[in-house]
Formats: sequence, C-alpha cells, structure tokens
Amino acid sequence: MALIRHPEQARALDSVGWDVTIRQARAAGLLARLYGLLTARGLLDAVPEAPRRHLHEADVVARKHARDVRWEVVCIRRALAGVVDRVLLLKGAAYLLADLAPARGRVFNDIDILVPREMLQDVENALQIGGWVFGKLDPADNEYYRRWMHQIPPMTHVARQTAVDVHHTLVPLTARPRLDPQSLRDSARPVPGEAAIDVLAPEDMVLHSAVHLFNEGEFGRGLRDLCDLDLLLRHFAAALGFWERLAARAVALDLTRPLFYLLRHAARLLETPVPAELLASPLGRPAAPVLALMDALLGQALRPSHASCRDGMTGVALFLLYVRSHYLRMPLRLLLPHLLRKAYTRRFQDE
Amino acid sequence: MILSSIPGGEVARRLRGDGLSLRLGPFTAAIRSPIASVAEGIAALYADNETLEEPGFRDFHLSVDASGGLRRWVRRQCRFDFDGASPFKPLPVAHALPILEWGLNWCIASNAHRYLIIHAAAIERGGRVAILPGEPGAGKSTLCAGLVGSGGWRLLSDELSLIDMATGRFIPLARPISLKKESIEIIRGFVPDAVLSRETHDTTKGRVALVKATADSVRRAGETAAAGWIIFPRFVPGAPPILERQSKAAAFIELATNAFNYSIHGKRGFTVVADVVETCECYRFTYCSLDDAVQVFASLALTR
Repeated sequence: MALIRHPEQARALDSVGWDVTIRQARAAGLLARLYGLLTARGLLDAVPEAPRRHLHEADVVARKHARDVRWEVVCIRRALAGVVDRVLLLKGAAYLLADLAPARGRVFNDIDILVPREMLQDVENALQIGGWVFGKLDPADNEYYRRWMHQIPPMTHVARQTAVDVHHTLVPLTARPRLDPQSLRDSARPVPGEAAIDVLAPEDMVLHSAVHLFNEGEFGRGLRDLCDLDLLLRHFAAALGFWERLAARAVALDLTRPLFYLLRHAARLLETPVPAELLASPLGRPAAPVLALMDALLGQALRPSHASCRDGMTGVALFLLYVRSHYLRMPLRLLLPHLLRKAYTRRFQDE
Repeated sequence: MILSSIPGGEVARRLRGDGLSLRLGPFTAAIRSPIASVAEGIAALYADNETLEEPGFRDFHLSVDASGGLRRWVRRQCRFDFDGASPFKPLPVAHALPILEWGLNWCIASNAHRYLIIHAAAIERGGRVAILPGEPGAGKSTLCAGLVGSGGWRLLSDELSLIDMATGRFIPLARPISLKKESIEIIRGFVPDAVLSRETHDTTKGRVALVKATADSVRRAGETAAAGWIIFPRFVPGAPPILERQSKAAAFIELATNAFNYSIHGKRGFTVVADVVETCECYRFTYCSLDDAVQVFASLALTR
C-alpha cells in the first residue's frame, strides 16, 4: 500500500516484506501496476529476484490483456458500423485506447460502451448478429435491468467469451443523482489515431469512475479503482483549470457527493494532489455524523482484499456499504414492492 | 533440511500452524492444512524435498482447510485457497490431498509465466527431454511413472512441463505423478519400490493415487535439460508397440494447443514452441505394455 504511494520504499523491503507485498498486491489486482511504477522509477533491480518474477509475470498478463481489448474494440466497432457513427468507450477500455496512465497494468473483465437510449434496440440487434449473446437471465432480472438500470444485461461473445456492457447512461434510472447522458456524449472526445472511437471528457471520466466506485457497493477491487482514479486525476490536473472544471461539472451532473468522497479518500490514502481549497469546500460534503460514519466504512472497504488487511469490522463495513448502494439505487417506494414480489414469487414457486 | 529428517508430528504441527515451507523445483510454497490425510500425504510424497527453515519470500501460499459449522459434522468438506482465490468448489474432505496437488498445478499454470507451460509429462535421459503430451486417457502419466520408476529416466514433470522463456530449456519440477483407476495397479506391479499415497475414491477424475517422484529426480531438480523428442503416447489394449514419425507441423499445433499460457506470450510463445519443435524428433507412440515402452524408449535414447 505504502509502496504504491512511495515506490522508492522498495529498497527498504526485506524478503518477508516482499512476501506480504506480493500477496496483497495480487489480491488487490495491483501487481502489474506495481511493476509499472517500479520500472518507471528504475527501481525494479532493487527487488529481489523471486518477487520480481511475480511482478514481471503480472506484466506479461496485462500486456496480453491490452492486446485482447484492442482487438475486441475493433470487433465491436465493426459490429456497430452502420448503427452508430462512433463508439463511445467507458472505464478500462477507454483508459487503454486513450493511452491514459491507469491503463498500464490494469486487467478488467468487460468492455463498457455508452450509446443513446433510443439506439439501444438497434445496438443490441447488431451485437447479436455479431455473435454477442445474453447469458441466462430470469424474466424478473431482465425486467429489472431494462426498466431501472443504466445498462442492458451483459452480453458475451459466443466464440471469444468476451463481455460487453452496453450503457445508455451512467447511473441507474432510479438513482438519487440524475444526469443527462446527452451532455456526456456532447462533451466526448475522439481518441487520436483511432477511427470512430470516443471517450468521455476528462471531468466526466473522473466523475463516472467516482460514482462507480462509491455508489455501486462492490469494493472487491476498491483500492485498485481508487489508484486508477488517483492516476487519472494526476494526469488531468496538468491541464490548466482542470479542478475548477471538475467541480463545476460535478454540480451540473449532480455528482458532487461521489466527487467529495473520491477527493477525500484519494488525498488521504494516495496523497493525490487535490487543491486544499477544494478538499475543504462544502461541495458535496455530507453532515458531520454521516461523514464520520462513511469515513469509517470506506476506511475499511478501501483496503486490499487480502486476509492480512482484514479485521472483525471489515465484513460489517462492506455489508453496510452494499446496503447503502441499494438505497442510492432505488427509492424505497420501488425497492419495497420489488423485494416483496421477489419473496412472494419464491414462496409460491416452493409450493 | 530434507523433509524426511523432520518427525511426522512436527510436519503436521507446521501444517496446522504458520505453514510448512517446501522447495518444489524452481518454486517455493508455504502450505497450511489441519487435515491429517494432507499431513500424511505430504510427509510421504515430498520426503526428499528441501524445507525452508527461515522466514522469507514464498512464491505460493496455499491452504486446504476443513469446513467449519454444520459441515464439521455432516459430510465434511475441504476448501483450497491461494490468497483468497480458489479454482474449486468445496469438495469432500477425503479428497484433500489430490485437491492440494491440483490446486498447486493451478497456481503454477495460471501464474508462472516466466515459463511456457505445456500440459505434458517431461522425462530426461542423457541430457535430453522426452515431452509426452496427451489427452486424458492416453496413458501419459502411466507411461511417465513406468519410465521413471523402472526405465532409467529422470522425472522433470508429470502434468506441467516448464520451458524457460529466456533459454528454451526444460525446468524440472519433480512433483508427484497422479495416477487414475487401473493405472494404479499397473504401476504397483511394474515399479514394486514406488511410493504411492493412499487412494482417493470418487474424485472428479475417479479413483486416484499419487506416486512420489524418485529421490534422484528430486535431488537433481536444479539440473535443466534440452528438448529431445516430442512423443504423443496412446494406450491401445493388445496393440504391438509402434513408434511412427510425426510431422513437425502437426507436433507444433498439438504442443501449442496443449500450452496453458501460449496466447499470453503472443509472438514470443510462438517462437519458443517453434524452437522446441525444431530441435525435437517427433513421434506417435502406440503401446499396451510398459515392458515394450521401456525398450522402445531405451533405444530412442541411444539415438541422440
């Protein structure tokens, strides 16, 4: 953990220290990232041979993954030619194609794209013709995706087993923050050197990843996602006026709360150079008791998911964050009937 | 220290505690398990392996734990774990020893990309390696156990052939050979001094037993070797031994498809497989008796 922030500490680690480091980094999905950081600072030679091999092996896998993703994007673009003019990539695939720092040493499972909601049916059809199919899904889950979620059910390619998530907006339709996906598409940027591939504007990219990390309730790779965001912020901050644009965009998209948590925890854990006035600003800051609780919960959730980092409270914290994510996703007037119906159908089926 | 010099009680105590650290060919592993059959199996199968007495870096930290709660009393299960990851669902506790072996294979195959890892047995004689790829049921492990036990060949590996990506040489692993069903009796008969684990019944692969790698193979695990032959074995009841040439192109395809991490290495993987095939003589080998096989392989060894 400290090593991600201060790679030069690699010199001080003994073989027992490396033993724990490699295990935690593997569990957090950060082995290849660590390889990249150490290589960039010329510190790889300071790593003893046995742990160095594991870092190198993770890098081999990450490179293979990057090749596969680039090819998959080509396949998706071909499948959608004639349906949409340009393919707007989100998250991992966007980092990779736009050659952004978090892409280096990152392994992710699916490719996310954003399309206009009115194009969903055509996109879905074109992907099915291209060989992507829906997994087994019961009608209720399908209905849940279609009616309330920000994406359609994941599609998997029959031959390559690669997954694509088609989004039409960034947060569930029922979620507390409401945002206008059209404005996201309007600000999207073309990827230099790639035909018909777009990515979100820098501020939108950060906000999307922040809402994904802090509102979705799954923290298995939370620390890795936070590291990604740290790299993104450091990269974009080089442009004049980035922080001001980021804050203004968060207000416009109603995403000030996830931005607040992001900046607070990135600065705390990874020493992200967030301007002090932005950290101290009331933008998105919850009331003091809520803030204290969320600090405690996120403090637990943003540890590497390895046994050596867990204690008795970790499970409780993850559960509470999971509950929170559901509360954010659906208002109670929808959530309660939904759960009641599920419970009733299950009972009915049992009989 | 060599494991056999440590009393059985101490081996079990380490397995229950912080872990028993062993050198396994090029790897080191810390193994934890409270299960008696695992302790007994490890003490027997890894008797000649070196233990690591000082704390330090280990390539793999593995455990096979018995389930708690209700499962402690009813149909006990065990669970393999590699730092929070597991390729298997919990299985009956009686399967703990083979699960540890398969779990260890999985750790190596999915992580050790410093090697090109081929699903094949590898045995050595006179500095040259015979690579024996084979689909399940082709008799690869039986042939391997027979040639190593009574044919004068050294065991490099039964399941995972490791080829160093930098040098193209074969790296010994010298871990136990996994036998299935009637192969167990065949090897008991053919190699009377073989050390076998207890049999495990009703695993996903049927009845299995593990054969300890010979002391010589374990002692010489540091000696790498060059590729010599690629031989695709096929066990056919009642068939005479036939060794026939195989085209290098076909051998290439089969070797590449049998490699766990071929595609991960991209172009480099292609080059390494091509170089191995280039230096090898390639054959198909049909056999039904291990006596025949020992003779055929002995005359083969003289040719290089």
